[in-house]
Amino acid sequence: MLILGIETSCDETAAAVVRNGREVLSDVVASQIAVHSPYGGVVPELASRKHVENILPVISQALRAAGVGLKDVDALAVTQGPGLIGALLVGLSAAKGLAYALKKPICAVNHLEGHMEAAFVEAERPEEPFVCLVVSGGHTALYYVTHDGTAQCVGSTRDDAAGEAYDKVAKLLGLGYPGGVVIDRLAQNGNPEAFSFPKAYLEKSSLDFSFSGIKTAVAYFVKKYGLPSETSSVATYRLEDLAASFQEAVVEVLVEKTMLAVERFGVRHVAVAGGVAANSRLRARLQEEAAYRRAHLYIPHIRYCTDNAVMVAVAGYRIWKRRGFHGDPLQLDARSRWVDAAGP
Amino acid sequence: MNGDLCVESPSPEVSLSLGEAVGRRLLSGDVVALWGELGAGKTLLTQGIARGLGVPPETAVTSPTFTIINEYEGRLHLYHMDGYRLGDPGELESLPWREALYGHGVAVVEWPERLGPLLPSARLDIFLEILGPTTRRLRFVPHTDDLRRRFGDFGRL
Repeated sequence: MLILGIETSCDETAAAVVRNGREVLSDVVASQIAVHSPYGGVVPELASRKHVENILPVISQALRAAGVGLKDVDALAVTQGPGLIGALLVGLSAAKGLAYALKKPICAVNHLEGHMEAAFVEAERPEEPFVCLVVSGGHTALYYVTHDGTAQCVGSTRDDAAGEAYDKVAKLLGLGYPGGVVIDRLAQNGNPEAFSFPKAYLEKSSLDFSFSGIKTAVAYFVKKYGLPSETSSVATYRLEDLAASFQEAVVEVLVEKTMLAVERFGVRHVAVAGGVAANSRLRARLQEEAAYRRAHLYIPHIRYCTDNAVMVAVAGYRIWKRRGFHGDPLQLDARSRWVDAAGP
Repeated sequence: MNGDLCVESPSPEVSLSLGEAVGRRLLSGDVVALWGELGAGKTLLTQGIARGLGVPPETAVTSPTFTIINEYEGRLHLYHMDGYRLGDPGELESLPWREALYGHGVAVVEWPERLGPLLPSARLDIFLEILGPTTRRLRFVPHTDDLRRRFGDFGRL
């Protein structure tokens, strides 16, 4: 079963060819980060336009790199949501057009479900149940994947996504976009205990997250003390320490809630996925805490943390095995908000 | 000309209930613009407004930064918009901004400065200012007679 995966939910135009949900034959991603970085984030209309320009070359390149033709592809898998509606429509329309013209079946994939599968591209997929943290610029949620493979959202952010907090704090500190990478790099030379930012655990038993308080605390800190600019000789603090302290507050909450879910559902397997899963401190702390609980941790290679189409093709394969293909490709519509994944 | 309708909120909880009071008074077609820097409490105030509009408490009203427009169902339809990532108002074109700003629901707009000429002039402005870690000053500026009638007493709350 050869699946062509297509992903255009945010700022990456991606296509990939994967055999039997395991063997990655090609993985092409055209990133728009350079286009959006002056704006400190993704600009929806720009994103849609760029996707339109990129989609066909990216698909051709994915097929060429895989050494296959369109006629060799058995099925298409495409991200249906959640994401930016205009961006989603580009990938979805391309997939629908190809499916219709080639008379190939199609699988609609939930983007978050796709992220979850990224953890199992290189590792053997565990038996359900397991817990998965999906954490990115647009999403922060905990899923409990039950025995029958259904993914239940058991906790999510009540305000900002963790990646959004990173982006906004980076903006406050006059750093670049995407904020996660810049702050992570600075934090490696900083003292995480230099400043104490509020960690929002909400109600003790809650699996929900809140990151706006941390962002607000950093905003107030910067307002009060200013930024240690390079020209100033009287810097009152080091940017590295601020970055490390902010990062510590975010990571500790992510780790603690994930482990709370591991214990509550009594699972032996835990996965993490999404752009923030590339964060070095989060990876290290999850490793420690999972090992302490003798739980097996699945972390995707950094390449598969950010948006890609391999994860979409892999999720498509699993959906096909469980539920079969979508009946009529032309009936598929983009879903900008689609929180509860049906489960792979 | 409006007189200054200012109120100081000592805590997020008070800001939430202020938002709720705003939400209870909103009518079909209203536009509320929230002005303030990062961390000023725009999303928090919107969470209160949503409660006041009857959006069920179990519905999380989250930051619209990623999706630009979030929608909620309450006594009135609530469009929660965010201009944060817009470089140019024209970039809203693929989104339902007309329904949001000129439809029958209520629009609450964060980073309204990024909407440029698309921001309706008949609106309620709320300026949020950071005074301390949790204290905020909220200044209400209603731009129509009808809004002035409904929100004229907000400085005395």
